[in-house]
Amino acid sequence: MKNISFLLLGIFFGIIMFKSEAASYFRIYEMFQFKSFHMYGIMGTALALGITGIYFIKQFDIKSFGGNSIAFQDKDKSFPRAIFGGIIFGLGWALSGLCPGPMFTMMGAGYLPVVIVFFSALAGTFCYGVIRDKLPH
Amino acid sequence: MIALIMFLLVLMGKKFGLSSNLRAMCSIGGAGKKYTFFDYDWKASSWNLFFALGTIIGGFVAAHFLSTNIAIDLEPSVIADLHQKGFSSAGTAYAPTSLFTTSVFSDPGSLSMLIIGGFLVGFGARYAGGCTSGHAIMGLSTLQLPSLIAVLGFFIGGLIMIHILFPIIFGQ
Repeated sequence: MKNISFLLLGIFFGIIMFKSEAASYFRIYEMFQFKSFHMYGIMGTALALGITGIYFIKQFDIKSFGGNSIAFQDKDKSFPRAIFGGIIFGLGWALSGLCPGPMFTMMGAGYLPVVIVFFSALAGTFCYGVIRDKLPH
Repeated sequence: MIALIMFLLVLMGKKFGLSSNLRAMCSIGGAGKKYTFFDYDWKASSWNLFFALGTIIGGFVAAHFLSTNIAIDLEPSVIADLHQKGFSSAGTAYAPTSLFTTSVFSDPGSLSMLIIGGFLVGFGARYAGGCTSGHAIMGLSTLQLPSLIAVLGFFIGGLIMIHILFPIIFGQ
């Protein structure tokens, strides 16, 4: 039953991704050209609200719906991981115009070739898992 | 509204991040038997798969029931630039028709853009430990330094692609 609420949240997210045009290849291109405020507005707003909200959750120890304390998982503190992984991700993001969220959104929206991007991303994830011991972490 | 979704997930005791699903799907496919990275309890994050499924449905609903004119209103200079690079649908479509319609299947150049791009996104997201949602939104909202570095990396990579590699790829 709980999964239904995640499904509904996902639907909401997909609609926002499509309607905000964050799933558009053109918007991503425009963002990297610094020619429009559009994407920066979307992410900036989300961040400003996000930082404020998380601050209040931490400050007042707001409990989850289940009544538990909320623990925030720290990201792995590895410089090479973040920078090399980030750059590789950025290259792919600009090339395909899609990050994982919009990938799902665009498949749903009926852009068939995005299925190729999705399976390539799966292959990329798989390759990372295979060679991760050989990468600087 | 993206922040609202993140709050709801946090209040439900979860985190926001789409790319983890790619790892889960590899595990479901059986990759855990051979590679330890995929040998983890993906069932604990199956809620996220429902979220991803929802995102697909959301895309369908938005494109088919909530949109009449989906052409992106781009900056005129960006449209001119994209036209020059062969994206003739810039200004009249949601995404380039040369890449996102079935015509791509007979165009090896565009097809390889999708394949290589997707591969790098999947590889990079896992290497960096998150994607735009996990690092740029969730990670930065919780003020984590690795996320700031990763987002910096996203932009370094993106800028290299658009400003250095694109002019080479499109021969300008």
